[in-house]
Formats: sequence, C-alpha cells, structure tokens
Amino acid sequence: MHREDFPILKQELIYFDNSATTLKPQQVIDAVVDYYTTYTANAHRGDYDNSLKVDMMYEQVRTKVKDFIHCKDEKEVVFTSGTTDSLNKIIFGYMKCFLKPGDEVLITKAEHASNILPWLELEKEIGIKVKYIPLENHLVTLKNVENSITDKTKVISLAHITNVLGDIRPILEIGKLCRDHGILFVVDGAQSVPHIKIDVQEMNIDFLAFSAHKMLGPTGVGVLYGRLELLENMKPTCFGGGMNATFTSTGEVEYKSLPSRLEAGTPNIAGVIGMGAAIDYLMNLGMDNITKHERYLKAYFLEKAKEVPNLVIYNKEMEGSLIAFNIDGVFSQDTAVYLNHYHICVRAGNHCAKILKEDLLVKNTCRISFYFYNTVEEIDQLIAVLKNSKDIFQIVL
Amino acid sequence: MDPILKRKIMLEHYEHPIHRGLVEDDRYIKVNTSNESCIDNLDIMYKIEDGRISDIRFDGEACVISISATSIMIKNLIGKTKEEIMMILKNYENMIDQKEYDDAVLGELNVYHDIYQQPNRRKCALLPFESLKKIVDKM
Repeated sequence: MHREDFPILKQELIYFDNSATTLKPQQVIDAVVDYYTTYTANAHRGDYDNSLKVDMMYEQVRTKVKDFIHCKDEKEVVFTSGTTDSLNKIIFGYMKCFLKPGDEVLITKAEHASNILPWLELEKEIGIKVKYIPLENHLVTLKNVENSITDKTKVISLAHITNVLGDIRPILEIGKLCRDHGILFVVDGAQSVPHIKIDVQEMNIDFLAFSAHKMLGPTGVGVLYGRLELLENMKPTCFGGGMNATFTSTGEVEYKSLPSRLEAGTPNIAGVIGMGAAIDYLMNLGMDNITKHERYLKAYFLEKAKEVPNLVIYNKEMEGSLIAFNIDGVFSQDTAVYLNHYHICVRAGNHCAKILKEDLLVKNTCRISFYFYNTVEEIDQLIAVLKNSKDIFQIVL
Repeated sequence: MDPILKRKIMLEHYEHPIHRGLVEDDRYIKVNTSNESCIDNLDIMYKIEDGRISDIRFDGEACVISISATSIMIKNLIGKTKEEIMMILKNYENMIDQKEYDDAVLGELNVYHDIYQQPNRRKCALLPFESLKKIVDKM
C-alpha cells in the first residue's frame, strides 16, 4: 500500500526490518525539511513570527498524539528521545520516588532490554524486587499474571507486542486486572503503537512509551504518556532550560507546569514536527487497515514458507506482524548476509532480549517484520531466495 | 588467492572446526569473546606450557567467518612462542586493516585478506584474536 509515498523504495530494496525502524514517507521528510528551510526557530521563547509558528506546530503534535493514543489531555503527552528514554523517565522519575524497598515489579523474560535494565538498576538502588511472570509457550497468559500478583506487587511493566516473537499481550485484560488490584500498569508500546490501535483509557494504561522512528517518523524522538495525576508527581530527571519557572541563587526553585517541566533543554523540534506528520499519515491510512494488511502478509508468508523445507519458524502461532526464523543449520547472521546480497533487509540476532534465550533455547534468529508498504511480490522474492539457500556459502564467502 | 579455494578452506574449517568443545581443566585460561557489533559469542581456552601455547579449544555460536577464523587460528598457533604469536597477530591485524603485512607468516589465515570488502565481517575475522590478546601477556 502507498509505496509511491516512500522515496527510498525507488531503489532496489526489500525492506523487512520494520521492527528496527521504518522507512519514511515524503510527507514526513517534507515536514522536517520545511521546519529547517522555512521557519527554523527555538520553541517556547520568541515573540517573532517564526518562533510563534514553531510553538504552534510543536504543540499541535501533542494534540495529534492525544488523539492517536486516545488519552484525555495534551498535558499527559511528554516528548522524549524515544521509548528507552521514556521508560527511563518513568522508572527513575516516578517509580524511584513511588516505590519502597520490598515492593514488587512484574516483568517477563521476553521484554526488550529497555524494560528490564532500568528496573534491575532500580532494584540495586532502592531495593525493589523485580519478578518475572512465567511464560507459557513464550506467551503471557492472564492466569500467569494473576498468579504472579502478591500483596507487594505495585507495578506490572510489559511490552504490548514483543520484538522477538511478535506476540500480542492481552493488554486490555491485564489493564483491568491492574485496576482491580491497584497496580500501576506500564506498557512498552514501541512495537505496537505503529501497528495496532491503542486506547490508553480503555486499556487502563498508566504509562505508555513509544518511538516515532518505528512508525514512519524521525529518529531520536518519542513519547511518554502518563496519566495526569501520576505525571503531576513525576520528578524531572533532567534539569535546566525550558523546565524552570523561576530560581534564585539561594536555591529557591520553581518548575514549570506539565508537560514543560519534564522536557528540559531545547527539544527535538524537527523530530516532533516530523512525528506529527507521521501520525497524520497513519491516521489517514487507518490503523485497522494497517493491521489487516500486515496479518494478510504474515498469513501469505506462512503459506508460501511451506515450500521451503529447511526453514524453521519459531512463531507461526503468534498474531503480530513479524516472523522469527532460521535456515536449518545456518547461523542467523550468515542468513542475513546472504539475503542482503539480494537487497533483502532482515535482522539477525537476539533482538535486545538477551534473557529470552534462557526460555527459548534458541540464541539467535532472523527476523522479518512487515509494514503496510510491504507486498506479496516481495515475499515471493524472499521465498525464491530462501529456496536457493543451498548456495548460501557461495554467496556469503 | 583463488576464490574457490578460499571458500573451500573457510567452509572446511566451519563445518569441521578443529578442537571444538571445551574441557574441564584448571590449567587452561578461558576467555569469552563476544563481538560488540554482532551476535557471535565464543568461549576460547588456552593452555600455556614452557612458554608456548600447547593447546587451544573453543565452543560457542558464531557465523561462518568467526568459526572458521577460530579454527584456523588454533591450527596456526599451537606450539608457538609468545614472539611467534605476536608476529602472527600483528601481521594478521595489518592484513585485516589493509596495511602492509607479510603473508608468509599467516598460512591459511590469508583466506581473509579481502574481508575488508565486507566491513560488517571484519570484526568476525578479528574475533578469536581479541581473545588471544587477553592471554598473550600471561605467557
């Protein structure tokens, strides 16, 4: 769908690494270029036309994000440098003050490093306990979540869709469980927000983190959503310009109101404006249409993959739009280098989920991840190349 | 070097690497090598006796370049003194970095002479030698 909007696709390129980052449509590129060529100025301070325009364009994106994730108020939307930054701000800006020694945080072994390492740091710093919800065939089940909850459970922090296997967690049901138990619910939306419709209110999400670059936008920009009453109590982790109201040499400091208080320093203005254009693009296209097309591509791939006998697929049953596979007996990096020879981009590795291998028993996989601009013709080409993989070492060596 | 021969040597060492499998023996020094730019992960263990490397063993998961380079390195280094090893190491690194080197001391390691053409594979070819650097001072 809409391949004509993506200038990079004029090259000979089959791009199947959308979980890592997506390609950029002309509309997003134009928005960024327009800021740099026709109205460059800093935000939140000038009294001249261009600066006022920047303010308007920048703040407008907050409204777009609000509509996109269905939160209540623009003030709940904080711009960050991406999912990792958002999660770190949630954990060190809010959780560090909110949690007490012995409080339990539930995560899983299938989380991205960004939803594990900050928690493990906080465990060392203030003595919280990080516990893993047991996975059932790599999946999070409501039963296992429920069984993992104790009197001490204060937070559940999960990816909505995992980046290794692409399974979609029952976020709506877990959100309800959290509400019933008075548990805070943190959702890593890096792999879901670009692909499926999110409603933070309906899903009872207290904090949501996601990145623009995985949903057509520029790199280095993302969103931290937090329920207003929680954000009000969130401590800035970064101090300086743009976030203070007044301060004196004697140390009397007053910070600005939300969300400026949490956005110290000159923000990534071009990035935020580009993200706004990306959200416009996605909302025009319709998230349901994106999800539907990706499901169709995945089903098509799985059907065609039956023609390749030495292909091992690890996540046939999962709903998400990515496929984890290996060519039997071939190291995943060698497969990725082989596919690159045919201008097919896939990712090889452990995909930043290094402790999942303790459960999966497969250390490294190749990952194909679709987006709406991928086509069945591209899948046909991939399948043809995979069928010929007996020649792999003649290609890669 | 003839590309078909080169490929044959690498594949032979990849499919049948020498000394694969670690041993429980305190006399060995074990080094884990993981490649920061990719996902190769090898354990290599060295036994040093009378100023020479008397044995090397390895295990782990890695790509065709890393595994074959490890196997060829093991074949070339067993029985060598510190001085001989330093010379091989220096010339090998020079070859990978496209600097001047003496191909006469490298033996089958010469198969990686044009690995610079694949920048993402350069580190794979250097991987086993990173572990070697960690033990050579102990000789």
